Amino acid sequence: MSAPHLDVRYVADLVRLKLTDDEIAELQPQLDHVLSYIEQLNEVNVDGIEPTAHASAVYNVFRADNPRDTFTQEQAIANAPHSGSGLFLVPKVVEG
Amino acid sequence: MELAGTTITKARRLLQAGEISPVQLVDAVNASIEQTDPKVGGYLSRDYERARALAAEADTSLPLGGIPIAIKDVINVQGEPCRCASKILTGYTAPYDATVIKKLRAAGAIPFGRTNMDEFAMGSSTENSAIQITRNPRDPERIPGGSSGGSAAVVAANEALASLGTDTGGSIRQPAALCGCVGLKPSYGRVSRYGLVAFASSLDQIGPFTHTVEDAALVLQAIAGHDPLDSTSLDVPVPDYSATLNDGVKGMKLGVPKEYFVEGMDPQVEARVREAIEVYRGLGAEIVEVSLPHTKYAVADYYIIATAEASANLARFDGVRYGKRAEAPRDLADHYARTRGEGFGKEVKRRIILGTYVLSSGYYDAFYLRAQKVRTLIRRDFEEAFRKVDGLLSPTSPVPAFKIGERMADPLQMYLADIFTIAANLAGICAISIPCGETETDGKKLPVGLQIMAPFFEEVRLLRIARAYESAAGC
Repeated sequence: MSAPHLDVRYVADLVRLKLTDDEIAELQPQLDHVLSYIEQLNEVNVDGIEPTAHASAVYNVFRADNPRDTFTQEQAIANAPHSGSGLFLVPKVVEG
Repeated sequence: MELAGTTITKARRLLQAGEISPVQLVDAVNASIEQTDPKVGGYLSRDYERARALAAEADTSLPLGGIPIAIKDVINVQGEPCRCASKILTGYTAPYDATVIKKLRAAGAIPFGRTNMDEFAMGSSTENSAIQITRNPRDPERIPGGSSGGSAAVVAANEALASLGTDTGGSIRQPAALCGCVGLKPSYGRVSRYGLVAFASSLDQIGPFTHTVEDAALVLQAIAGHDPLDSTSLDVPVPDYSATLNDGVKGMKLGVPKEYFVEGMDPQVEARVREAIEVYRGLGAEIVEVSLPHTKYAVADYYIIATAEASANLARFDGVRYGKRAEAPRDLADHYARTRGEGFGKEVKRRIILGTYVLSSGYYDAFYLRAQKVRTLIRRDFEEAFRKVDGLLSPTSPVPAFKIGERMADPLQMYLADIFTIAANLAGICAISIPCGETETDGKKLPVGLQIMAPFFEEVRLLRIARAYESAAGC
């Protein structure tokens, strides 16, 4: 594996986050600094150690698949910045 | 004003004796907010008329009947804004109650007021709020801590009897310590998070800020328990948190982790905490030094796990179903990128980027998987320590409240503010911060917090240990 390098512009694009050039100039050294701090975990011997995903020993939780009260269509779209005909409106996705 | 700063316990006595009415109590809190909050800035909004209407109907025979409780702006209260102190949730009105709110209402409490926070609970000073600054009630030039800085400040400034906050890496305990009130982080799984806007799902927990440990037990009693709507909440009976509160610590073994007294910490903070430890010795507890050898890796571990989870959780803010949307997008990709670029603040962007990076192909094993393994080691440190001792005593924060602006330029310095609180979240155990004196800093008296940690789901013991100090200290 190559030495870790966090390219802010590239990752921001992956995660759909538009940054200004000024923001990138500020975030890049800050994140480099944080990353070099985080790399101290490489000192720890983790051979044979199981990962912990969360703190309680609960894995699969099942419940009966019964209907329950939920939002009306009107309530569900009440917070949408753009809606119409009971639907969420978004920019056109498919051409044609 | 005095009434607004009373304890839940005393207010309940007055309410049940008929000496005051719930409406008078809400009025007193509101008057205190009007007088004090322009200086503190702890509240983002409140619906006075609604609270008053609820108070008029309140059943004071219930455990929290008629008690107004302030709510951090990250927990949904039906019909009220829930902005997470972010621009991206401008205009959002919660369509439902979080489970903790339903439970508070069932116990007779009145949700009253939205408190300021670091945007999406990311920060340790509340300076990352996109809406306003909150000032430490003890010194307006200083931060209240964070991320639940508003919830801590309004209790400390007697603008609320109690409040709810959330704690992902110390966001209840650290501001409680810096403002001088009680802040409780329950064990992971003790309190439902349904209706809490998620930051880091394997770490987040909701808990109360109060004036006393006794009050913290009352609020926890109301909000704890299994919730079918949060599959991470454990189906374990809720014990009586008040029954053994005053049983003392005689014969208990309390551990002092040596890694929690580090170079660079404020000597006055250390002195106050050492004095508190001596109080426990005087109360008949046996004090033993213990070691949590992986403590020094907790902050690095946290900033991988928490940011990874945050980057996934915050994907939902896309400007489609709720919140603010960028004007006139060119296409869908532009819509997403600009909505998020314009809507999120700097710290949120930093964490989304870091979290996305540590999860990305080629780096996942090196960062995220390794961090999860180190998390196991941190958890085991506590398991090992709790085989020898009943509870752990430490400072909550290495320093008293710092000045507004002091750490904003250096994110890593800000992250290190949580150096003593993060490990409890990684391990999932319960912990509390209680006031244990003051420092004299630049001519100001600043509060110091004592952190007590107890094993997973041992809140009864945690509160008992905390109460023992509180009553010895004459609170």
